[in-house]
Amino acid sequence: MDAGALARKDLLLELRARDTLPAMLLFIVAVLVVFHFALPTNASAHASLGLLWVAILFTALLGLGRSFVAEREQGVLDGLVLAPSDRSAIWVGKVVATLAFLVVAEAVALPAFALFFTSIDGATIAGVALADIGICAVGTVLAAMAAAGRARELLLPLLFLPLAIPIVVGGVGSSLAASSGKYLAFLALYDAIFVLVAWAAFEYVVTE
Amino acid sequence: MIRARGVARSFGDKRALEPVDFDLESRGFLVVTGPNGSGKTTLLRLCAGLLIPTSGELEVDAERGQVGYLAHEPLVYRELTAIENLDLYGRLYRVAERRERIGMLLERFGLWEARSERTGSYSRGMLQRLALCRALLHDPELLILDEPANALDEAGETLLERELDELRRERTFLVASHAPERLDRFATGKLALG
Repeated sequence: MDAGALARKDLLLELRARDTLPAMLLFIVAVLVVFHFALPTNASAHASLGLLWVAILFTALLGLGRSFVAEREQGVLDGLVLAPSDRSAIWVGKVVATLAFLVVAEAVALPAFALFFTSIDGATIAGVALADIGICAVGTVLAAMAAAGRARELLLPLLFLPLAIPIVVGGVGSSLAASSGKYLAFLALYDAIFVLVAWAAFEYVVTE
Repeated sequence: MIRARGVARSFGDKRALEPVDFDLESRGFLVVTGPNGSGKTTLLRLCAGLLIPTSGELEVDAERGQVGYLAHEPLVYRELTAIENLDLYGRLYRVAERRERIGMLLERFGLWEARSERTGSYSRGMLQRLALCRALLHDPELLILDEPANALDEAGETLLERELDELRRERTFLVASHAPERLDRFATGKLALG
């Protein structure tokens, strides 16, 4: 219930401020256009699918970087932390909201990718869906950590990108390998582990 | 309700609060005074559970949900209306009869007419009134108020004093103030920092 109220609040804030989702949409489409002109015309589908994962990762990073802006700029995190509800509900609410923004961005980006480069199969879509969960779960904890720091714009990518390497491995594998099942299982395992770790760690991130 | 012995707090090399001792009994009203930088806000944040002391012992006999905290910032989202902000906090604090309580507080603090405006358009005084509504929303046992009269006009200060007068017999107060003389008639004790 608390997480639902917090996620609804984040979606409402975005609906009114419109400062995250339009930026993510513009960014991912712009990156795909740049890749379209950067790749040689005879480039393989392998190369273009790899670039799709790079675009998804950096678009997610853009959304994650803004996920705690309202709380930081308006000092609201203190109010949320003092509430008697489970503090992990703040994390769940942010994950749900960031996931929603990322899914909307991908709903535009994947057809655009198919238009510019190559068609996308079910395994790639399943890989993207599983990767989104891991990206948002891990990224939200790191975004909360970075929000408390001074060089937050620098800190988030430095913390997030090393932890996102397994997501890229699993995602690219699910898109390219003949037997994509094991890569999807790998992504599901990553999600299971990091959702638990992030959920348990969040309380310590937002309190001393 | 609060017992502090040698409580101090540092941020890195900087000492934000020198060691302090005090007791605040249940139903007490302790006014914390001191110049800028003396550690008033740090002490209040420690008592609210937002910080941990670097040294000393601090016991606060109140659960998280029993503390009402008024900070320097109003702790509200500027893109949401007063009702939406209070409704969010009401859900998180599991306030019974939330809508009625929110309506009553907004009426009492003179914000009912502006209830559907985004708080980003509020004046500083209106935000302070809304912050008081937020701090009182869940009817807390312990009220920790950091400069409650900050930015309030004469009418706002009168409203605040009426509220303090009404609540002081049933609640415990820890209040930081630059103008403690206005709180003299409520205070059961004073703590001077710095």
